[in-house]
Amino acid sequence: MAFVNWLKRHLVVIAGLLTLAYLLLPNVVVTVFSFNNPKGRFNYTWQEFSTEAWQDPCGVSGLCASLSLSLQIALWATLGATLLGTMIAFALVRYRFRARGAVNSLIFLPMAMPEVVMAASLLTLFLNMGAQLGFWTILIAHIMFCLSFVVVAVKARVMSMDPRLEQAAQDLYAGPVQTFLRVTLPIAAPGIAAGALLAFALSFDDFIITNFNAGSTVTFPMFVWGSAQRGTPVQINVIGTAMFVLAVSLVLVSMLIGNRRNRQKA
Amino acid sequence: MATLTQAPPVAPPPAPEKRPPRRRGRWTPYLLLLPGLLWLLVFFALPVIYQASTSVQTGSLEQGYEVTWHFATYWEALSEYWPQFVRSVLYAASATVLCLLLGYPLAYLIAFRAGRWRNLIMILVIAPFFTSFLIRTLAWKTILADGGPVVDALNALHVLDVTAWLGWTAGDRVLATPLAVVCGLTYNFLPFMILPLYTSLERIDPRLHEAANDLYAKPSTTFRRVTFPLSMPGVVSGTLLTFIPASGDYINSDLLGSTDTRMVGNVIQSQFLRILDYPTAAALSFILMAAILAIVTLYIRKSGTEDLV
Repeated sequence: MAFVNWLKRHLVVIAGLLTLAYLLLPNVVVTVFSFNNPKGRFNYTWQEFSTEAWQDPCGVSGLCASLSLSLQIALWATLGATLLGTMIAFALVRYRFRARGAVNSLIFLPMAMPEVVMAASLLTLFLNMGAQLGFWTILIAHIMFCLSFVVVAVKARVMSMDPRLEQAAQDLYAGPVQTFLRVTLPIAAPGIAAGALLAFALSFDDFIITNFNAGSTVTFPMFVWGSAQRGTPVQINVIGTAMFVLAVSLVLVSMLIGNRRNRQKA
Repeated sequence: MATLTQAPPVAPPPAPEKRPPRRRGRWTPYLLLLPGLLWLLVFFALPVIYQASTSVQTGSLEQGYEVTWHFATYWEALSEYWPQFVRSVLYAASATVLCLLLGYPLAYLIAFRAGRWRNLIMILVIAPFFTSFLIRTLAWKTILADGGPVVDALNALHVLDVTAWLGWTAGDRVLATPLAVVCGLTYNFLPFMILPLYTSLERIDPRLHEAANDLYAKPSTTFRRVTFPLSMPGVVSGTLLTFIPASGDYINSDLLGSTDTRMVGNVIQSQFLRILDYPTAAALSFILMAAILAIVTLYIRKSGTEDLV
């Protein structure tokens, strides 16, 4: 009976932790299999322990080239989407203008549409224009679908900002440019950073839209997709694991720094 | 009776709504909007129009296409590919329900029960995003492999007999069955359910729980009458954020399924990139778009949450 009571009280916690396990299980598998030494072309069944792939992560032709291409596209797409998105967010929060409803739906729609629809329709445009599919078409597509997410992230931050701070700055004889650079921008910065991070992650990991609009250009997700048909090298798992470890440690470090700063303030 | 937890610090009074008068810059908002909106108009709205026009064209790759208002393409596409459409809706709906069932406890745990572990669990929820999702989806091939520990356990418990009877699995296999595809879809879109759920649960004042408790509500009643209704905005945006991408997905079906689990996304992809039948592909994609927009509009009307953005 005591056990049943205990179970009842902790049911939510147990169910939640099981879900967490479900979420993390594939990452565990990816990590473990980065030390595999597979027999055939596919890395799906465990054979024996080996660190070969870790010693030579670029050992598969095309893998690291695709990785660096993805990084480049993600950086440029982040820059473009963050710039355009931040401008839209400021206009939406700070100004009154006509056709606000239409603008809002134009921003909302790309997020409410299955990726495959955006990908297919963009391809019809490029085909009709006779555009050469490759780096530029991928970049255009990525900026397009990342834009809305940046707008949402920045808008949330700018909306919660107290406009009286800017009035105070102006009362203290700051010009519009100075007010923007010294007051508005620093307050909006966390929102802009969040939007940029989101854009980077979305662009770097995008497959469906890239699949349609890349032509024969190979980004990292496209490389993984191709290898799923031809044979999965262990190096894919190495890159996946390395990305995971790197990102998690970056987050942990920034959290620790944030904690320390908060404590110093207190 | 339970003591009230300390009241959260009083929020600062909301900033006055009145905007400062703008002396200059009547054109500023339009200048700020222009580049971004132009981008969306040219690369998002215009393509939709191009796609609509492609869907009513006839011709061939060699001779070129021409707009002939051939609406029969829609009828042909629907009558040939309706099983894939039905499957997409079924799989996406199942994955959405599963995401809600699995995600709610975890979101609840993070919001109310995690204490000082909250940030760590939060990071663990987002962390899988840092590894390419294609790699993670491929990992399910290992997890669900024939004769692997998971399949063996399900076999020993006779779960596979039940799922095979329901038509979710076939024989002793999980891979290449609808169950594997739904499992993959659920896995891929689970964080999109958990994050909005958490956001709306976190906003609930814990004193409401105490009040319900003080008024002799059982925990289950508190959940049914207080917590769940207040978390509705999260449920609505979570289900949309899961259902929409899942209905157009073709990756899980391709990697974890078989030709019997093809979804509409698979058809659009192969028509566009392999078979090069652009009118049919455009018609299918247009139907999918219209269906999703209809479902989303109805759903938002019904649940009464207008401002999701």
